[in-house]
Amino acid sequence: MLEITVAILLTVITAATPLLLAAIGELVVERSGVLNLGVEGMMVMGAVAGFGAANLTGSGTLGILCAMLAGVVMALLFGFLVLTLVANQVATGLALTLLGLGLSGLLGESFVGQPGVRLPKLEIPGLSDLPVVGQLLFAQDILVYISFALTAAVAWFLFKSRAGLVLRAVGDNHGSAHALGYPVIAVRYAAVAFGGACAGLAGAYLSLAYTPQWVENMTAGRGWIALALVVFASWLPFRVMIGAYLFGAVTVLTFHVQALRGNLPPWLPEWVGGLTQTPSQFLSMLPYIATIVVLVLISMNRRTTLLNTPACLGRPFVPDR
Amino acid sequence: MRKMLLLATTALAFGFGTTAGQAADLKACWVYIGPVGDFGWTYQHDQGRLDVVEHFGDKVETAFVENVPEGPDAERAIERLARDGCGIIFTTSFGYMDPTLTVAEKYPDVKFEHATGYKTAANVATYNSKFHEGRYIIGQIAAKVSQTGSAGYIASFPIPEVVSGINAFLLGAQSVNPDFKVKVVWVSSWFDPGKEADAAKAIFDQGADIITQHTDSTAPLQVAQERGFKGFGQASDMIAFAPTSQLTSIIDDWGPYYIHRVQAVLDGTWTSGQTWDGLKEGHVVMAPYTNLPEDVAAAAKELEGKIASGEFHPFTGPILDQAGVEKVAAGAVLADGDILGMNWYVKGIDDQLPQ
Repeated sequence: MLEITVAILLTVITAATPLLLAAIGELVVERSGVLNLGVEGMMVMGAVAGFGAANLTGSGTLGILCAMLAGVVMALLFGFLVLTLVANQVATGLALTLLGLGLSGLLGESFVGQPGVRLPKLEIPGLSDLPVVGQLLFAQDILVYISFALTAAVAWFLFKSRAGLVLRAVGDNHGSAHALGYPVIAVRYAAVAFGGACAGLAGAYLSLAYTPQWVENMTAGRGWIALALVVFASWLPFRVMIGAYLFGAVTVLTFHVQALRGNLPPWLPEWVGGLTQTPSQFLSMLPYIATIVVLVLISMNRRTTLLNTPACLGRPFVPDR
Repeated sequence: MRKMLLLATTALAFGFGTTAGQAADLKACWVYIGPVGDFGWTYQHDQGRLDVVEHFGDKVETAFVENVPEGPDAERAIERLARDGCGIIFTTSFGYMDPTLTVAEKYPDVKFEHATGYKTAANVATYNSKFHEGRYIIGQIAAKVSQTGSAGYIASFPIPEVVSGINAFLLGAQSVNPDFKVKVVWVSSWFDPGKEADAAKAIFDQGADIITQHTDSTAPLQVAQERGFKGFGQASDMIAFAPTSQLTSIIDDWGPYYIHRVQAVLDGTWTSGQTWDGLKEGHVVMAPYTNLPEDVAAAAKELEGKIASGEFHPFTGPILDQAGVEKVAAGAVLADGDILGMNWYVKGIDDQLPQ
């Protein structure tokens, strides 16, 4: 029983990590008042760049760096259009996704059908031998550790550092922030670039760790899920983490439930047997329903939710107005 | 400038591809459900298109539209190709059935070919492959190789083609081991490498030691390779992704059919009809049998020959359904129409068919 629990949790980590990476980046972007709907496009560009660089050089590290770079380049293109040219953020974000999906297919044409480089597992000496938690927490690839560290770092940055306070001020009231002398546009550029780098990392996780291969559209909508997670988690880093892991866990569990049909181990209670008879269409809806319900429940407090919603989200800023 | 960028990106995303050639006798066109780079279903159709290019050279010009969603968009994409002077249009997904017929009515001089459907017209033919023949072979291999007596089967959507594949797989396995178990996991997607990988992990975690899938990516096979289990490829030869795990692969080879049909249009001999070919005609090809004991590989080859020659049919009775009701009498063979519309499981499958 313990063995299968650990096995399930290991799969949950791989399912949740790309969502967490992309969502934590988008959280920072939205906290600065910019709505970038192009997460899917930046992510898929990260996936193709990461795969390409790793395959051509054989180095996973270089793959990760190139994926981040690709995400940043895409994000800066978005930034130029919406921050400098003050284009509509929703339309530009959608265009960014379309561009990313098309361009990545074009760039990745020669990579189709090639096995990729798999990121090595980094075992932390001593700790990785611990029972249960050792394999779960201390024998993962680098991107999983990065996703944990990023969540903590972003939480600290936003709520404990001065720079984070400035970023939130820009997102809540860009007029006042500007009047106080803060560089609104520069702060937003930095946030958008950070979001691009995170989306690139998420893409790299897909093409280097989750399923080391390149195929077109391999993100399969994960960028959109990440976007939704940020909103339902009321723009709070640890809630985003809860959401990503919940989504991953329910997804993986629905597969286990299906595979259990007809051969239920004796240690499982009777009602699990009933659960396995649930139609698969319902099971495939379950991750979405469960995540939304739980995140809505923990965000029930209207005041804290309003407090955490960036007031200037999606609103263009022109300094002279 | 913004508008131009939007236009450019939309064009990119919609992916209109065309090969040059002014003096061609015929323009042959394809509509794809996925990207040509999926290394699965659409990839194999595009390989067939490339076979046409290679075979006819300058005589035939080709064009394709990829990533076309089923529904109103499909009708627009098909109509655009018809208007652009395509003489024959292949529409390669089940959901293109009605859009194809609608457009065909408006363009009686254009020939249409719809893959995996069942509705025809004077200028609309259908074509499909007997993938279940390959599924029976891999089922038999799975039962011989498996140590735990259970295999995983990652399924996409409960349409007859998928259901008949699962049935054929288990019948093949039961011919070796009557108690063989298959764990069916539905991922509700044709193509999502991450989800497919997660499903594969769940299946292996629950004690299966061999896997097959009716989804389009190489991800499940990669998981098998990583964990040291065995598996089968799908649509294309995926041996590069699982050099010590892939036992064989059921390959869709559309090239010969496309060349044959394009030739018929050139000759003026094209007629409507329903084509459903398999191992015999080379529409379904088994990849080399690898990572197998010699006797198992030899038996698989022999079975492949028997199915191709018509000596053996995968759906030969007696076949019982899940409730134990006899569906095919001993010695009888299931009719083609019943396989094409299959919506019941054979005895021995623990899954409940999603309705």
